[in-house]
This record gives sequence, C-alpha cells and structure tokens, in this order.
Amino acid sequence: MADLRNNFVGIKSPNPFWLASAPPTDKAYNVERAFRAGWGGVVWKTLGSEGPPVVNVNGPRYGAIWGADRRLLGLNNIELITDRPLQVNLQEMKQVKMNWPDRALVASIMVPCVEEEWKAILPLVEETGADGIELNFGCPHGMSERGMGAAVGQVPEYIEMVVRWCKQYTRMPVITKLTPNIADIRKPARAAKAGGTDAVSLINTINSIVSVDLDNFAPNPTVGGKGTHGGYCGPAVKPIALNMVAEIARDEETYGLPISGIGGVTTWRDAAEFMVLGAGNVQVCTAAMTYGFKIVEEMITGLSDWMDAKGHRNLDDITGRAVPNVTDWKYLNLNYIAKARIDQDACIKCGRCHIACEDTSHQAITAEVDGVRHFEVMEDECVGCNLCVNVCPVENCITMVGLEPGTLDQRTGSPVSPIYANWTTHPNNPTAVQAAE
Amino acid sequence: MRRLEPGLKAGRLDAADYLRNFSDLHPRLDEHEALVASDRCYFCHDAPCMTACPTSIDIPLFIRQISTGNPIGSAKTIFDQNILGGMCARVCPTETLCEEACVRNTAEERPVEIGRLQRYATDIAIEQGRQFYTPAPSTDRSVAVVGAGPAGLACAHRLAMHGHQVTIYDHREKAGGLNEYGIAAYKTTNDFAQSEVDYILSIGNIDVINGGMLGRDFTLADLQAKHDAVFLGTGLGNVNALNIPGADTNGILDAVEFIANLREAKDKADVPVGRDVVVIGGGMTAIDAAVQAKLLGAENVTICYRRGKEHMNASEFEQDLAASKGVHIRHWLQPKEVAHHHGHVSAITLEYTHVEDGMMKGTGHKTEIKADQILVAIGQKLDLMGIEQMQLQAGKIAIDAEGRTSLPGVWAGGDCAFGGQDLTVSAVAMGRDAAESINRSLAVQAAGLTAVA
Repeated sequence: MADLRNNFVGIKSPNPFWLASAPPTDKAYNVERAFRAGWGGVVWKTLGSEGPPVVNVNGPRYGAIWGADRRLLGLNNIELITDRPLQVNLQEMKQVKMNWPDRALVASIMVPCVEEEWKAILPLVEETGADGIELNFGCPHGMSERGMGAAVGQVPEYIEMVVRWCKQYTRMPVITKLTPNIADIRKPARAAKAGGTDAVSLINTINSIVSVDLDNFAPNPTVGGKGTHGGYCGPAVKPIALNMVAEIARDEETYGLPISGIGGVTTWRDAAEFMVLGAGNVQVCTAAMTYGFKIVEEMITGLSDWMDAKGHRNLDDITGRAVPNVTDWKYLNLNYIAKARIDQDACIKCGRCHIACEDTSHQAITAEVDGVRHFEVMEDECVGCNLCVNVCPVENCITMVGLEPGTLDQRTGSPVSPIYANWTTHPNNPTAVQAAE
Repeated sequence: MRRLEPGLKAGRLDAADYLRNFSDLHPRLDEHEALVASDRCYFCHDAPCMTACPTSIDIPLFIRQISTGNPIGSAKTIFDQNILGGMCARVCPTETLCEEACVRNTAEERPVEIGRLQRYATDIAIEQGRQFYTPAPSTDRSVAVVGAGPAGLACAHRLAMHGHQVTIYDHREKAGGLNEYGIAAYKTTNDFAQSEVDYILSIGNIDVINGGMLGRDFTLADLQAKHDAVFLGTGLGNVNALNIPGADTNGILDAVEFIANLREAKDKADVPVGRDVVVIGGGMTAIDAAVQAKLLGAENVTICYRRGKEHMNASEFEQDLAASKGVHIRHWLQPKEVAHHHGHVSAITLEYTHVEDGMMKGTGHKTEIKADQILVAIGQKLDLMGIEQMQLQAGKIAIDAEGRTSLPGVWAGGDCAFGGQDLTVSAVAMGRDAAESINRSLAVQAAGLTAVA
C-alpha cells in the first residue's frame, strides 16, 4: 500500500493534493468541505492588507475554452484576491486549522511592495497557526495595475527583496508563487532563492483572452459590453507549467529547491507528471471548480494504485525521477532512429494519419494498397516525427518503434549507428565542438 | 428435419447455431471502447445513477477511474459497495435503474453505458485475481448463512471482512443461487457465476456446505445452537402452479426448472425443447424462458400474459429483446385448459380478459394455441419449510430496516424477504446491510460481556 504522506518544506499533509489559492479556498465553508472530501491541504485565497478589501465585478468573471462534448479545457478568470475583510479571514483560518490539525493550511498573501506592509501582516497570519505563507507575485490582472501581483513577479529584484523581508519577519516557511508571464522563469526562481525562499510554487495564471463575442465585438467574459485580459488556467496550461517546473528543477542555481506544482492538474496522472519533474506536491484549482471536490478521490486512488503497480513505496521514490532525463535539444541523440508502425487490427481506416503526413509532413503513409483503402507507413520516407501517432483517434494504434543499432534505415540507406552523437559535434553545425584529441 | 419435429426434442440446431445463439448478449468493451464510453460521463454531483443503484455504487468515481487508466481502482470502487459487481454488470436491468436515471438520458436519450463499463472494470480485476479485502482479526464469532445466492454471498463476504467465521449452507450442488441456476445463459457465459463465487470466497474464513436444506435436513434451532447469528438468503423456493384442468400433463414445466436445466446442461444440444412452445406469465422469468426456448430452436414461442403490455413486470428492454428474437408476446389472455394427445400436451385454451370495475375478468371469448411444451412463469413464492414460526409480510419474511426477522438472532435478505426489488442487486444490498447489522449486534454482545459493574 503506497504511502502518500507528504512533507513539503516541513509542512505535513496526508497526501500531496492541495487546493490552490482561489475561490475554492475563499472561506471556511469551502475549505472545510474540501477537507471533508479528503484534500491534503489548502492555500487560503490571497489575503490583502487590513482595510477596505478589493471589489470584484458583479458580472461574468470567467471565460472558457471547450473541447468535444463541452469538456472544459481552459478557464480564464478576472477575479481578484479575497474581497472579504482580513480579520474575517484570519479568524476563519484559525478555526479551520484547529478543526483540521493534520491538514496543511497555508496563507497566500499579496500586499504592496513596502516593507512596513509585510512586517504588519506576517505576525497576524502567524498567529492563526497557519503552516506557511505563499507570496502571490502572480495575479496578471487587477492587482498588477496597482503594482502588486505580476507586477512584482516580473521583476526579480522585487521578488528577492520581498522574500528577504518575509524570511526576516516570520518563522513560517515561505513559498514564493511565480508568474509564467515572463521570458525566463529561472530568473525569478533564482531571485526567490537568493532572497531565502523555502520553496517556489508555479504556475500562476497566464495572460489571455479566451474568446471574443462576435455579436458584441468584445472579449469574453463581457462585463457591461467590455472585456479585459484574464488569467488562463486548467488542462490547457499544464504543458506550460510542466516545462517551467522542469526548468527550475534542473537549473544549477535552483536545483533541489522544493517546488509546488500548479497548472491543469485534473487526474492522478497529471499530478504524477508534475512530481516526477521535480514538484514535491501539487495544487489544484480548475479541476475542482469544474467537477467539485470529489475528484480528489480519483487522484488519491489513482496515484496510490499506480505507485503500488510500479513498486514505488512513497513520494520520495517518485519526486524528481524524470529531472535527469530533461535535457537541451542540442544533446539529443541524433543517431536514435524511430519509425511509426500502424497496427492493422486496431486501425479503423479513418485516414487521418495519411492526410496529416501527406499534406503537412513527409508523405510517408499510404492511402491505398493494391486498390484497397489501406494505411501503412513507408519506412523509406518516414522520418519518425510521430505526427501520425498524435492525430490518430485510437490509442496505441500507431506506435513509434526505435530501430535497433545495426538495422538498416531505409530512408538514409545507412545502418543505425550504436554511437551516441548530438548536434554539438555534427558536421553541419558551424559551431560544432571538436572532440578532444 | 430435426429442427421442425413436433414434441420435446433435443438437438434441434447445429453446434454452430447454439454457440452463436447463446453467445454474450453484450460482449465486453475493449479498452478503446471503454475509454470512449467513460469519457461521456459528466461526473454529476450526488449522481442520480448512484441514487438509483440499490447498492449505491459510486458510479461517477468508478467511471472516472476507468477514464484515467485505473481499471483496478475502478473495480475496487465497485466491489466496495457490491461484491457481486461482476454479475450485476451483466444482469442488472440498468435500463430501469442507473441508465434510466443518467442525465445523458435526459440530455440526448443516450445514457452512459454504465453496465458495460462496470463489467469492463470488474472483469479485469477478477481475471487478474486481484483481491482487495482481507479479513479483520478474528472475532471468534461464527455466523450461519443459509443460501449461497447473491444475498448470502454478499452477507458472507462482508461478515468475513469484519473478522467473523462464516458457514454457508446451500441445498444445491453448486453455490451461486439464481446466478448459477437462473440467469439467462446468454447473459453470463463462460461459467462466470462460478468464477465469481470463487473470487468472493477467496477472502477466506467462509465454508460452503452443499446438499442440506433448511427444514428438511436441519432446523433454525440447530443453526442457532452452532452459530452466533443466522442469515437467511433462501430466495423463493416454490413456484405458483397452474391450477387448470390438464395442468399435470406431460410437457408442462415450471420455467424456473426449465432455465436451471438449460444452465446446467453441459451441451445446449442436450436440452429438449418443444416445436410450439407457450410461456404463461409476464415477468423477467417468462421472457428468459421464452427467449431461450427460441434460441434452442423452437419454431414458435408465444408468451401469454393475462393483462396488458403496460402491466407486464418484464422491462421494455426485455420485451423488445424477446420480440427481436422472434418471440410472440400476446396480452389479455389467461389459461383455461390444457389439451393433450397420447398423454402429452397438444394445445392450450386461453380466455380473453379485460378490466371491469377495476378488476381483471374473463370476457367469455376463447382461443386455442397449439403447444407441445408449456412453460409456467407465473411467479415464485416463499418455501415456508423450516421457517414456519416467522412473521411474514405480503407472503415474504418480514424484516425491519436492519434486516432482522421476528426471530431474535435471525436476519434475512434477498428475494425471500419483504422489501427488495426481486433483483440480484437488491439481494446484494440486503445481504451486505444485514452483515453490517449482524456485525454491530455481535460487537455489542462482545462488549456486553466485559461490562464493568
């Protein structure tokens, strides 16, 4: 029976599934429902300074992208940080933490970039018994216009400065939440580490416009006839998040820095992917908002059952396991040759592989053989790009087969080389590195 | 031509015909089909399908687990609520339970294929022999379960989980009850009933004693002397008889016995069936018997039901299935007299009925249908042997919400007890819940022994 107990920078939870700071973690009512449903921890919706809270629009706050059958693939929100008074939040957090001592309760905070503001709020949060704080440097809308949120997250110097203050004024673990709206995620991550952060969490949401209302000529969600950019989240953003997590996990300077993975986690498999790329736990939002808190049951059983099937006893057995296999393009083995192979028993003869290859790739798949509709890979044309695998509607109908060294590659007429060789030494590369004598 | 010979004849068809006729009504989903089917589930809140399921299987969760590539986890979710999830997946009238309630039925009249998805997951777990439950530490208590059908098996398994020792007593040669002896052969192929029994008994601490019948070979008092509690899952052992002249003529058989003979036959070609078969009755048993008579090669099979289509107990789906197999269903006909020729049934006379003053009455008009075999499916009823002292309700054993009968220390569930829906899944729910009640009751007794003055 796999052990899902999680210890993230000293914060303990019964499983690695936390809820990210957002409407689902807005108040005690929601958070207690989440804990009853089995979630391991929550990051409470971002707290602002003492004083009049922010105000949200009273109209649509979300736009969406759908796949087939109106399956929600991406959400885009224009909601702000908590619009409830700070004291109400603090009292509720204290009570919830007392009611649920074995679950993680972390407070997300966003106050102006002024030392006094951070100095003021940290002891108040600490007093609630919260397990840690998460610095919100990510809101791409609404707060960034006021010099907070992404306005901080895009400036590494500000990140380092604020993190330093937080490490100075609280004994709680500090998690720095990073915005993806930046050219190189390693820079803010390094800055956070330099400031002394205990961990980073990413990604926050991505600047986006999901769709445009063609009758009103305004972006969705439309408030009073006008729209604005919002934060994109959900299954659609997972690839962006996975890449950024991997970059930080393998960067020399931030290697080993604990990471909380956020961005489209919907099933156990998504969580596992984040974790093997270096995340010590994951935070979920869109999936919970789409299906309700009960989805954590699938995540817990799925992760546990997979770990049992593979012999992974606990989370340490899986965290970061894929990081050594993330490399730069230039180091990929150019002598690894793969070809696509179509399983004729599974093939339903839709022809999509053929047209994708014929129109847009290397013309390596037949449409008919001996006058009969038949789809087969021509290895002398196939470059192994695997576009066909990705467009085929039937799982495992087309697979990529790596050719054994020594086998003839019909396309080049040469046998597959057993030697590892990459672009850095390739004769076509003007900047090729000469092998040492 | 053997197929058209009158009278009761075995081997009317070729081996290939039998194979095809009795193959899986709903073949198993393959992986691709399962992924596509599971994708259609909306993961409803407080799902109507869950509410409709008598065993409250967490359907949205098990379907989601299939869609995320975890069929084993899915099977456990199913078995947590219903250890006979494999059989239920094959025989449950999902068209009137979960699939009827499915919101996609409301949306597009095409429900999620819950039954087939349930079979997909449970088949994988059973084939792999994956056991999910181990007995709790022994309680040193033993429970007698009478009847190795779904109610008894569900009860026994749950009791074993709680650490009790269980002995199942069943009068038949094999365990399984109606799962083994009564379910339509095309719904459970490949001896699945026995595979499932073996799978369930694998938890351990359950013994099965075959051959003894309550009332005939042992009494309730005998059981109560040897065990700490008793559960009765004895089903309905008697059938209602046709009380008309000629009812004892050769060629008249109760449908339940006809189905059992068919299921136990090593080879379908050995089962005799008439050329012109009439089935009296309107429930699931009548349909199962009629359809299987046709599949065995009967030329004409007619169901005669004494009231209208809307009154038939058999579901729409089953009625359509029968019609699709060539069974003729006739309504508003009640049997009056059996004609015979050379000591064997030759025809049956029926009277047309109608409703008058809210009651079903004969109209005086009659008709005769040629028949060389009549199958009687007009209802099963409780066999009172051995339980004469129990209180009954509407002809079944009266039980309270916990499954307790009027006799202290004796619980009951399944078809023999009042309150279920006469379905395999109801039996499982009642057996399982009775086990929980028995377990609580035994715990209370144990605690009582250590009470401090």
